Amino acid sequence: MSRRVGMEVAIAAAEAVALCNIDVAAVYPITPNTHVAEHLAEIVAEGRIDSEFITVESEHSALSAVLGAAGTGARTFTATSSQGLLYMQEVMPIASAMRLPVVMVIANRALSGPLNIWNDHSDIMLQRDMGWVSLFAENGQEVVDMLIQAFKIAEHREVMLPVNVNMDGFQLTHMVEPIELPDQAEVDRFLLEYKPYATLHPDRPITMGAFAMPEIFTEVMKAKDVAIVNAKKTILEVWKEWESLFGRKYEPVAAYKTEGAEVVLLTMGSMGETAEVAIDELRREGISAGLLKLKLWRPFPFKELKKAVKGVKVLAVTDRAVSYGGPGGPVCAEIRSALYDEPERPVIVDYIIGLGGRDVSVEDFITMGKRALEAKIKKPREAYKFYGVRGE
Amino acid sequence: MKRKYPKGLVKNIKLVDREEYFCPGHRACQGCGEALAVRLMCKALGRDTVIACPTGCIEIFSTPYPTTAWKLPWIHVAFPNAAAVGSGVEAGLKVLRRKGKIPDRYVKAVAIGGDGGTADIGIQALSGAMERGHDMLYVCFDNEAYMNTGIQRSSATPFGASTTTAPAGKESIGNKTWKKNLPEIMVAHNVSYVATATNSHPIDFMNKVKKAREVKGTAYIHCLSVCPTGWRAAPELCIELGRLAVETGVFPLYEVENGRYRFTEMPGDLRPVEDYLKVQGRFRHLTPDQIKTIQDRVNLEYRKLMNKVEHPPPEL
Repeated sequence: MSRRVGMEVAIAAAEAVALCNIDVAAVYPITPNTHVAEHLAEIVAEGRIDSEFITVESEHSALSAVLGAAGTGARTFTATSSQGLLYMQEVMPIASAMRLPVVMVIANRALSGPLNIWNDHSDIMLQRDMGWVSLFAENGQEVVDMLIQAFKIAEHREVMLPVNVNMDGFQLTHMVEPIELPDQAEVDRFLLEYKPYATLHPDRPITMGAFAMPEIFTEVMKAKDVAIVNAKKTILEVWKEWESLFGRKYEPVAAYKTEGAEVVLLTMGSMGETAEVAIDELRREGISAGLLKLKLWRPFPFKELKKAVKGVKVLAVTDRAVSYGGPGGPVCAEIRSALYDEPERPVIVDYIIGLGGRDVSVEDFITMGKRALEAKIKKPREAYKFYGVRGE
Repeated sequence: MKRKYPKGLVKNIKLVDREEYFCPGHRACQGCGEALAVRLMCKALGRDTVIACPTGCIEIFSTPYPTTAWKLPWIHVAFPNAAAVGSGVEAGLKVLRRKGKIPDRYVKAVAIGGDGGTADIGIQALSGAMERGHDMLYVCFDNEAYMNTGIQRSSATPFGASTTTAPAGKESIGNKTWKKNLPEIMVAHNVSYVATATNSHPIDFMNKVKKAREVKGTAYIHCLSVCPTGWRAAPELCIELGRLAVETGVFPLYEVENGRYRFTEMPGDLRPVEDYLKVQGRFRHLTPDQIKTIQDRVNLEYRKLMNKVEHPPPEL
């Protein structure tokens, strides 16, 4: 039986990973991810799970060690944030090319400089094209659930790809929330034993990571793309099974009061809950506003997004990262591109907001919703707008 | 010098395992000292071994997909991280064996790398792995430059060698820095076993690998791997060059077991360094004065090493 606990989300994340009975974890400390590493180390030290915990000397080595261990057939985990994720970047595409089902939790944090330890999504957005399945959690419960789901998705024979679960730094990691923590038997029933396909063992020697000439490299890249596109089927199945077992529903694009909405806001991660309050307020004021929450970032849910914005006049995307001098924040640029071929597409406005831990309040969402509505009459001149810049 | 070989060590080349774990058909250059050294290492390691290998000559010439020269399980991940991948392999094998998910048999995790991947870009991961004390062997195949990308200098390139990024010219003698002393850096990590070796002394090298395989904890072997291509020497000089490196004192062969130093080959009177330099095109431009500078440095380093060796040397 699941038990309801009041727990800091980072601690709950470590508990979730422990429930998955990992074999090897390698983690390097970085704020705001440290509590995950610390609590996992405690769990291993207390002998609650039988795992190797490697205290590596860098994030680069954390992911490298985890890949080495995954190569032997171990279930592996790592965690990081911000610059640490960038330091791992070199190894990330190799994990997906070698089809090693590593799971990583990312406490999203701004990139330096100036140095800033607080939340935005600029770290993960740079890792968009590494071939990893990428999930975004809205609250602590989703962090726990998605981490357990992540192992099942990653290890599925038809997926065999690394998965990252994103949780907003501080806004989630350091919050104490009520969380339904599944028990071991439930997780064991859901997450079967990992049966790797090929491993590093002298009984059946294989060469992993052979170098590829131009004649074969494109085919390997296509295989990775096909795998991640097809992974959506598995992800949906895993989410369906999760819903039947635990009663909590997961969708690639979760909708809140979008029926008949003229203006729809779109968020990722923890801002969703604040935005919901704003939507209620806007509706009270007689503005037909709705909210979409993007939870599956890779593979991108084209079909679900198109369905969700049918009939919407204005779509206001919130981006927590900047694509400097680009066509909009990374999320908005993708959404524009995804909807371009639709005969009746909404006007899309992009707000860059909440960078480096800047608070995003209910009032901000209300303002954004109202301003976005004006775009119905007068299309915005800029591809994106920084929201709430001082002095503007 | 009469030798007594403890049980398990190689006395004679004829007693070496006939099995080849690093197979013919790979694409190394003619006279490649590294390919030979890797082959000898694999023979000494035996079947129960997993190799982690970074980007470099070895990876490129031994694993062009869909072929492989490796009859041992082998993994490549990136350039700077062979030691980190090796630590993960070691941890993975250990925990899976403990949990009964793989056969209950000791399998050695071995990480290998060139001098660039070891002394430069990979030194952080190597230092981390050594400090953590994984039950792992790291072997550096030092050919004294980035040979795979075309002879660019590394921190293991000797003073005065001409490379493509430190070329000799009117205003330059080539590489201006002295070779980084990696074995000493590893000794400072207090690892169980550190040794130097070269492909021209195959029995000595294989015995060191065998010893390193048996020690509990971390071991490091620094193998000078003659690279005729990059050293601008004739391919048939590969073995000769290795011998000259030892006989001139440029690359002394020794081992350090739990902090105790011991020479494994004593050349007696050292030959002049010039004998070693003059057969290599990369040192062709050196003047007698510059050669003397190198000779002085070799003498100094050799003396420093002699002072660390115990007298009389401990029994083998």
